[in-house]
Amino acid sequence: MNAPAYNFAYLDEQTKRMIRRAILKAIAIPGYQVPFASREMPMPYGWGTGGVQVTAAILGPQDVLKVIDQGSDDTTNAISIRKFFAKTAGVATTTATQDATVIQTRHRIPEAALHENQVLVYQVPIPEPLRFLEPRETETRRMHALAEYGLMHVKLYEDIARFGHIATAYAYPVKVNARYVMDPSPTPKFDNPKMDNCPALQLFGAGREKRIYAIPPYTQVVSLDFEDHPFEPYRFNAPCALCGAENSYLDEIVTDDKGGRMFVCSDTDYCEGRQAAGHHGSLSAAPYKERAHGGSNG
Amino acid sequence: MTTIAELPPGFADKVLSAQSTFRSVMDAMARPGSVQRIVPVAGTPGPMMRGTAAIALTLFDHDTPLWLDAGMSESSDVVKWLKFHTGAPVVQDSSIAAFALIAEGTALPPLERFALGSSEYPDRSTTLILQVDGLDAGRSFELRGPGIDGVATLQATIRPADLFERLSVNEALFPRGIDVVLVSDDSVVAIPRTTRVANKGS
Repeated sequence: MNAPAYNFAYLDEQTKRMIRRAILKAIAIPGYQVPFASREMPMPYGWGTGGVQVTAAILGPQDVLKVIDQGSDDTTNAISIRKFFAKTAGVATTTATQDATVIQTRHRIPEAALHENQVLVYQVPIPEPLRFLEPRETETRRMHALAEYGLMHVKLYEDIARFGHIATAYAYPVKVNARYVMDPSPTPKFDNPKMDNCPALQLFGAGREKRIYAIPPYTQVVSLDFEDHPFEPYRFNAPCALCGAENSYLDEIVTDDKGGRMFVCSDTDYCEGRQAAGHHGSLSAAPYKERAHGGSNG
Repeated sequence: MTTIAELPPGFADKVLSAQSTFRSVMDAMARPGSVQRIVPVAGTPGPMMRGTAAIALTLFDHDTPLWLDAGMSESSDVVKWLKFHTGAPVVQDSSIAAFALIAEGTALPPLERFALGSSEYPDRSTTLILQVDGLDAGRSFELRGPGIDGVATLQATIRPADLFERLSVNEALFPRGIDVVLVSDDSVVAIPRTTRVANKGS
């Protein structure tokens, strides 16, 4: 009775074949959402079941897996998915972006530039960028078939008419390879430029909505905009309070009930790496951490 | 007559061999023109090359209708081996095939006979697995498109000689189209429908 309770990486082989075929089509048609027979996973929808299925279908024993949730390696969702694959596939895990071969992410793209030997797997809640403009799947599918994206431009224009600027701050629509309009998942629009001409393969999995899509490496990804209202990545104008970075995406953290708050890098690996390299922010006077970065995940 | 017991074997380790083969094919598809190696070894019935056999064991099952060219279908070993190891149905109508296995490129049917997908579902298209003579020497082809940093150069000995001219229909058809996986022994190169090819001659 020493047989393992699960197949390698949890999913059965027939499911993996089905997902793998969908991934190949997704890469061949950049930005097009390929329907797939999403399975129930041992975690609820909304916890990354799409990303987990994509990761399970590509992961091998030689891979080194990193999982982030809003940029952080240390939140519940990231830790539980990392442990899930450490247990069911026995793969090595890391928090260092550079060392990972597969990075599963919820709502962020790491600050460190990705390289060719990496695959970035996004967890996607609503894959259809037109869904909140047109609820009928038959209609949105036809709009994609005809490349009829006027409605999305009207939506962005209405932002300008009401607020004076494009107020969409996350899940900012992009056009992939000059053809399909795609939802980059709820990443902040700060991350959109990183998708363009990225050396790494980017895969997107939506479990509840049963869609897989992809951006091959070195593919043009353009954020939709207007000539007189060009796309602008948004970043709160402050340095990170811990590492002093002036070019990273920041989280706002409330520190007391008197209005106190601090801004810190959302990418914990990037922030810890900078602190280890001697960078300091305004609130990092205290000795930072005794444990060296990159140690156990404990 | 070959009995089941005499058929060439499948993968020794179904799970990890399929994973390794898939990653090679995925990398090939994501980086058109790059030559990827398929490491796992399986039996090779009839005219089937090592790479083709590994791809079949990795991607084919009862959900994927197969179309075989004459070179493949004339070999009863190929048909039996595919049936035993993958369970994939072999169809005569190439326009409903998920995959087509081509042993003899010179006899490649016109691409319109395969499934090209629809505008609404461009993924419902046939993927061609085309066995070629070599992916390390021969004519040079300049490839551009998603997955390629600028220009990729492929040196290959391919039949039919006008394969890339024929594949130029992909440009007009997009997002419909045909994706091709070229196999030579244990090497694979993918030409997805987004890849544009300029023939550099010899």
